[in-house]
Amino acid sequence: MAKSFISGAKGEKPRSDLRVKYTPSKKPLSISVKSTVDTFFGEAIKQQTQAVCKDLKVSSGSIEIEDFGALPFVIAARIEAAIKQAHPDIQLESLPPMKNYCISTSSRDRFRRSRLYLPGNQSKLMLNAGIHKPDAIILDLEDAVSPSEKEDTRYVVRNALRSLDFFGAERMVRINQGDLGLKDLEFIVPHNVHLILIPKVESAKEIKIIDERIADISKKCGRKTPVFLMPIIESGRGVLKALEIAEASLNIVALAIGLEDYTADLGVPRTDKGGESFFARSMIVNAARAARIQAIDTVYSDVGNEEGLRESIKEAKALGFDGKGCIHPRQIKPIHEEFAPSLEQIEKAKKVTLAFDEAEKKGIGVVSLGSKMIDPPVVKRALQTINLAIASNLLNPDWKN
Amino acid sequence: MTKVKMKKNAIDRMVPTMVNGVKQTPFQGVGKFKPKGNKAVLPIRSCSDFPADGNKTVKSLKEALQKCGLKDGMTISSHHHFRNGDLVMNQIFDIAAKQDVKGLRWFPSAAFHCHKPVIEHIKNGVVDWVEGSLNGPLGDLASRGKMNGTAILRSHGGRWQAVQDGEVHIDIAVIAAPTADAFGNATGDRGPSACGLLGFGLVDSMYADKVIVVTDNLVPFPCVPWQIQGQNVDYVVVLDKVGEPEKIISGTTKLTKSPDRLYIAELTAKFVQAAGIIKDGFSFQAGAGGTALAFAIFLKEMMKDAGVKARFIRGGSTKYLVEMLEEGLTDFILDGQTFDLEGVRSMRENHGHVNTSPFTSYNWHGKGNFASMLDAVVLGATEVDINFNANVVTHSDGKMLHGIGGWQNCLFSKCTILPIPAFRNRIPVIIDEVTTLVGPGELVDVIVTERGIAINPLRKDLIKATKDSGLPIRKIEEIKAEIDDLIGGQPEKPKLTDEVIGIVKWVDGTVIDSIYKIED
Repeated sequence: MAKSFISGAKGEKPRSDLRVKYTPSKKPLSISVKSTVDTFFGEAIKQQTQAVCKDLKVSSGSIEIEDFGALPFVIAARIEAAIKQAHPDIQLESLPPMKNYCISTSSRDRFRRSRLYLPGNQSKLMLNAGIHKPDAIILDLEDAVSPSEKEDTRYVVRNALRSLDFFGAERMVRINQGDLGLKDLEFIVPHNVHLILIPKVESAKEIKIIDERIADISKKCGRKTPVFLMPIIESGRGVLKALEIAEASLNIVALAIGLEDYTADLGVPRTDKGGESFFARSMIVNAARAARIQAIDTVYSDVGNEEGLRESIKEAKALGFDGKGCIHPRQIKPIHEEFAPSLEQIEKAKKVTLAFDEAEKKGIGVVSLGSKMIDPPVVKRALQTINLAIASNLLNPDWKN
Repeated sequence: MTKVKMKKNAIDRMVPTMVNGVKQTPFQGVGKFKPKGNKAVLPIRSCSDFPADGNKTVKSLKEALQKCGLKDGMTISSHHHFRNGDLVMNQIFDIAAKQDVKGLRWFPSAAFHCHKPVIEHIKNGVVDWVEGSLNGPLGDLASRGKMNGTAILRSHGGRWQAVQDGEVHIDIAVIAAPTADAFGNATGDRGPSACGLLGFGLVDSMYADKVIVVTDNLVPFPCVPWQIQGQNVDYVVVLDKVGEPEKIISGTTKLTKSPDRLYIAELTAKFVQAAGIIKDGFSFQAGAGGTALAFAIFLKEMMKDAGVKARFIRGGSTKYLVEMLEEGLTDFILDGQTFDLEGVRSMRENHGHVNTSPFTSYNWHGKGNFASMLDAVVLGATEVDINFNANVVTHSDGKMLHGIGGWQNCLFSKCTILPIPAFRNRIPVIIDEVTTLVGPGELVDVIVTERGIAINPLRKDLIKATKDSGLPIRKIEEIKAEIDDLIGGQPEKPKLTDEVIGIVKWVDGTVIDSIYKIED
């Protein structure tokens, strides 16, 4: 009997996903579609399947689709994945059109207070993720995806990067470790990923290899904008090498810590008080400051416990972190609220900013407030506070008027 | 089925002029149809025909039905306060089947999954058709054209209107009651099967030829409060159990956990705030459904922050509304049905938790009702179109799956808001033309989706009030275009035949749309 290749959703009744079974043969291409939205999109799914096969120049074999209301970008990804399992030599791709809103750019210093992790194979969670306004959305290819699904998931993530509106959130992907991660890059660098999270980094060398590969792919696909990097430190060795890692590439904009793996590496339980990770977190913050990049704290995994989350954010902020990971949209608001500057800080920052404007206008190099001279770092910090206050909806962007 | 004559109504929908042998008036526009004539009249009764000691109990349901003269072609009615926990109606039709009675019309205020056995009685001819809100399996059956009559869908207010106006004559009303006395006084707010109130059964008790009260908690006279008055009751039957109160809690009364729905609920509350509706003495209604419940919770926080107290909230009551009452955030809950056991408790204990009926709340053929006095109401919908017309009874595939409930009646509030997801599983919610038109767009003021808020262009006041609110207010066409792009274009139309298997009545008894048989 002919061997079949299956890509797609597991489980009895997945939502917004599909299963594709491709059986190569010499017979002309045959397509069968079963769908929960058959009445409305049965014909469209068939046509799309034909289009994907045409893109990949596949004209034989049978494709059986079992659809549960998946969107077109997911359907295309699953079909391509199944076909390429059978024919790994096919170099052609079937790319959905790149949407205008996917062409946005990012910047080094933008806020990264909240970054929402989404499993790369769960497209239904991605569709509306942006409406919750996290600073960043991470499509995860690593720990959230089981080894057997890693290959297939790349197609979903690639197509999502080309199709979905993240409503201004920074477009991030967490790649796998090692060679798997290098392969991941081919699926994301040409599709305007803004930032790549690199897991379990322990040396500058790992960063350099990835950076070079990104440069190669960028050159090939004509990408001009930089791909920012955020190494995640998750081991004792990584912590001790934090500065070296932070300075390994100019594309690094932030350093993050992952405490699940770190505490496992130490062989200690992860506690709420976090005494076991105090040293590591301080190291990350100090290395980040030394390299003039952002320091990002680990995720808080108890989704239902808002109080615990807020405590954890307060602590992270006090240690010097600029942001925190989240695994559920409901964590975003508390993170933004806790990272917001106090009203007192805002008032002070406003005064400093106005004094700075005044000095600029007069062409004076020295900023002073009353009889007090203000150092440049204080000015810089005040400007940051103002930006953060605006981002936190505590200050009208037009406040000077 | 014979071809029926169709006519285009005032909102451009084709509707039959004759249904189940009764002449129909096509919808003429909101507020346009003026009824003539008198209400239904009842025969004069005499105390000499009823026991002077007030004891109307009979031994069994069977005996009560026999004494009521159950026979072929009669109309049997029931209320749905037990929702999916009703234990009485299936027994009624089983008895009718054993007595070889045929061609009954069942006239419930709503039918649920627990009534699936009725399908057998439709197949064996005991029941000809079901006239009432059709949920679940019965809706599916009707959509396939397998009832022996045309389904007639009415709102809660419309049901009262139909009975009161003599459009529907009830031969035997069966009123399951959690507590009753032997005289027939009955209440829903206490007893082992307490379900809150019995308002949906009130019109039945007043206008039916014969009325049977069925209870599992007989108390000595008087049963107080008497939500149903014994003066309208013929027989009282005592059973071991009439309902399963834990099943009055349906899935639609669970708070949503979906972050997207919560976002929509919060956006809805913010809109109500921005529109200036939240102020001392205001009123609102938020029914069942996870999003509506979440809306109430967000609203509550806003009210607390602003130090505002509502004058009244309209239920379906839930523990969330009860909390607002007990925390002093509202003077009253005017309750049409209790959705959970906290609602039942509160109705029993709180003076401010008032039981109402479709007469006081919704009936259009009266001297006013509560629904139009509400400052804001939050409702669901399966579809809306770009003219704000909305559907609540059929799914996009044309299958009849929901009742109208109080939905049409609530559209008359001062600000009607539909918080709905912009798409469900690739199926868009905003479409070019609704499959079934249940609510005219002129009464739908605001649609809140996760992709933005659309305000009906007719509501210039709301547009102006929220202009600088910072809320994502967009044109409905814009939201639709965004979703169409995401899902890969508008879906194909469902395959429907031209055979009418149901009609949707407007609140005034006119016909607003037809429901067609789906292709098998």
